[in-house]
Amino acid sequence: MAETQDFALRCTNLHRYLGQGEGRVHVLKGVSFEARRGQVYAIVGPSGCGKSTLLYLLGLLDQPDEGGIAINGQLMSNSDDAARTAARGAHIGFVFQFHFLMLEFTALENVMMPMRKLAKLTPEAMADRAHSLLDSVGLGDKTHRLGTQLSGGEQQRVAVARALANEPTIILADEPTGNLDVKNSSMVFDLLTRLAKDHGQAVVLVTHNPDIANRCDSVLPMRDGVFI
Amino acid sequence: MSPNLRIAFRFLTAKKRAMLMSLSCTVLGVGLFIVTQATTSGFEDFFIKTILGTDGAMRIQDQIQDTLRSMNAGGGSDFLVSHREGVKYIEGVEEPKAVVNALKEFANVSGTSAVLRGNVLVRSSFKNESAQVFGINLDEHLKVSDLNHQIIQGDLATFREAPTGALVGKVLADRLQLGVGNSFLLDVQGQLLRFRVSAIYETGVADIDKARVYVHMNEARSLLKKPIGVTFIQVNLFDKNRAPQDASQMQEVLRHSASPWQEREKAWLSAFRALSVSSAITVSVFTLIAGLAMFNTLAMIVLEKTKDIAILRSMGYERRDITQIFLWQAGIVLAIGALVGALVGVVGTFAVSQIPLPINGIFKTETFQVSWNGWHYVEAVLTAAIMVMAASIIPARRAARLEPGDIVRGTAQ
Ligand SMILES: Nc1ncnc2c1ncn2[C@@H]1O[C@H](COP(=O)(O)OP(=O)(O)OP(=O)(O)O)[C@@H](O)[C@H]1O
Ligand SMILES: [Mg+2]
Repeated sequence: MAETQDFALRCTNLHRYLGQGEGRVHVLKGVSFEARRGQVYAIVGPSGCGKSTLLYLLGLLDQPDEGGIAINGQLMSNSDDAARTAARGAHIGFVFQFHFLMLEFTALENVMMPMRKLAKLTPEAMADRAHSLLDSVGLGDKTHRLGTQLSGGEQQRVAVARALANEPTIILADEPTGNLDVKNSSMVFDLLTRLAKDHGQAVVLVTHNPDIANRCDSVLPMRDGVFI
Repeated sequence: MSPNLRIAFRFLTAKKRAMLMSLSCTVLGVGLFIVTQATTSGFEDFFIKTILGTDGAMRIQDQIQDTLRSMNAGGGSDFLVSHREGVKYIEGVEEPKAVVNALKEFANVSGTSAVLRGNVLVRSSFKNESAQVFGINLDEHLKVSDLNHQIIQGDLATFREAPTGALVGKVLADRLQLGVGNSFLLDVQGQLLRFRVSAIYETGVADIDKARVYVHMNEARSLLKKPIGVTFIQVNLFDKNRAPQDASQMQEVLRHSASPWQEREKAWLSAFRALSVSSAITVSVFTLIAGLAMFNTLAMIVLEKTKDIAILRSMGYERRDITQIFLWQAGIVLAIGALVGALVGVVGTFAVSQIPLPINGIFKTETFQVSWNGWHYVEAVLTAAIMVMAASIIPARRAARLEPGDIVRGTAQ
């Protein structure tokens, strides 16, 4: 048991089918993988190989048709919605590949959103923390901009800051640097790596950028729904 | 502010126009509900006030025949014996003093007036009209009626001082062309007595104003040749609403039939009730439309906000939170609608109360009658709340059931 505690995230033999009837596709064909605390993992692979599908499963946003997912040693894949929701709020920070922000809210409000739900800090402490997170992704001067008033790359950085809001043990990021220039890519990546090292968080990111992938602790190449 | 309320508020401000339909229907529904209830119950209250002011809260009449005494009474007495629902009654109150004394034991009784009634022919110099003479003791009768407020010509002081004075209803006085100070004859089967008009009253109740002549009890006794006994005892109560309970108790104790105003005026009262219920139902159509509009708008917002729902769910917001966020939106619109609607109700009720509307016959009024009753506001808001919230539950639950995985893959429906 002591050994499993090192794994923030562990999944075994994950299968996932998508679509219905004729269009039913076997997207994930037996994926197993472990993420240790303090490590940064890169999942790479061609478009359509199932990277996002896997990340949704690991983030407990979707349920596998077969296989198990354990978060901090606890099997979550077959838990009920309430337990998975609670685990998402407390242990997982998720960055989506496409849509990032709630557009009617400011950057600051977006980052405070998970903290408000968890309700562990005072409102002042939440605002302080949100400010410093936005600072660390280079948006300290745009905290009061609405989502609609931010560029795609800025929105993506706010989304990264928001994923870190509740100090999750696991950060799952689907191409978090996809829309960013070299400078901002490095800034976001450095931030994620620093967190992994300093706070013992496990970071799993999907990337098409070989430079980023090479700077990770492990690279997991994926093809046709399996790691190769 | 709770996070869910905060989110609801922001979603809503982005959709102000779409919510306008539901909001305006809520305002109309609540406002009109209040105004219609205020007027229907205004007229009902006014009607009740009129009947309490004329025939009083309760009438004690017709002695209930004891089964033991029934043989004797049937033989010697010249009182009429009648059957009603298996119970035998002897018409009239034979010993009014004893009954009045017994009535005074009831804490709720605020006044009693013994009345002797008989059919008469009223002869004026102009023409004759058949009518009813009511023998009363003025001071007693003032405690059980609003007679003092119903005088339109002459005054009660004159009546009190004049042994052969009479109070004549306005319609009757007009027909006979009688004015204050004029004299007339009351004719009971050829027996004639002369009276003088002390005052003319108007209750607004046509049946009363065209038929009743009030005279002093002693004069009535000699006119009708009834030295003892009265026709009925009119009773006033502190708490008018307790009349039915008091009546059945009095009937037990006094062995006389006691009829409360609610029973006496049942037909009119149920007509008023039907009117207020039917107007409430009619006006609730607006609230129904408010509910449908709310359903529509929320369903639309749910569709537009699926991505936000996925983001919220990914951050740990529960299904319950999503439901709440959408119910809050309905709740905010409802609260604003109810508040503005209540204001519209207040202003509308006041405006309606200023509209001239002369009515005579079942009561007398010159303007619309309204009643200011907090319950109308509660009922109006409750109806709106039930409609609007019921309509929001379906879209709110639909939003909560969305699977975040389906949303992010774009397969949510
Ligand atoms: N609802 C669906 N029904 C059927 N197949 C689907 C459905 N959603 C996704 N797929 C398929 O599943 C596969 C994996 O999709 P996924 O989004 O995981 O790919 P990805 O590796 O993240 O690609 P990218 O790098 O372009 O983001 C794709 O081939 C896609 O066509
Ligand atoms: Mg993808």
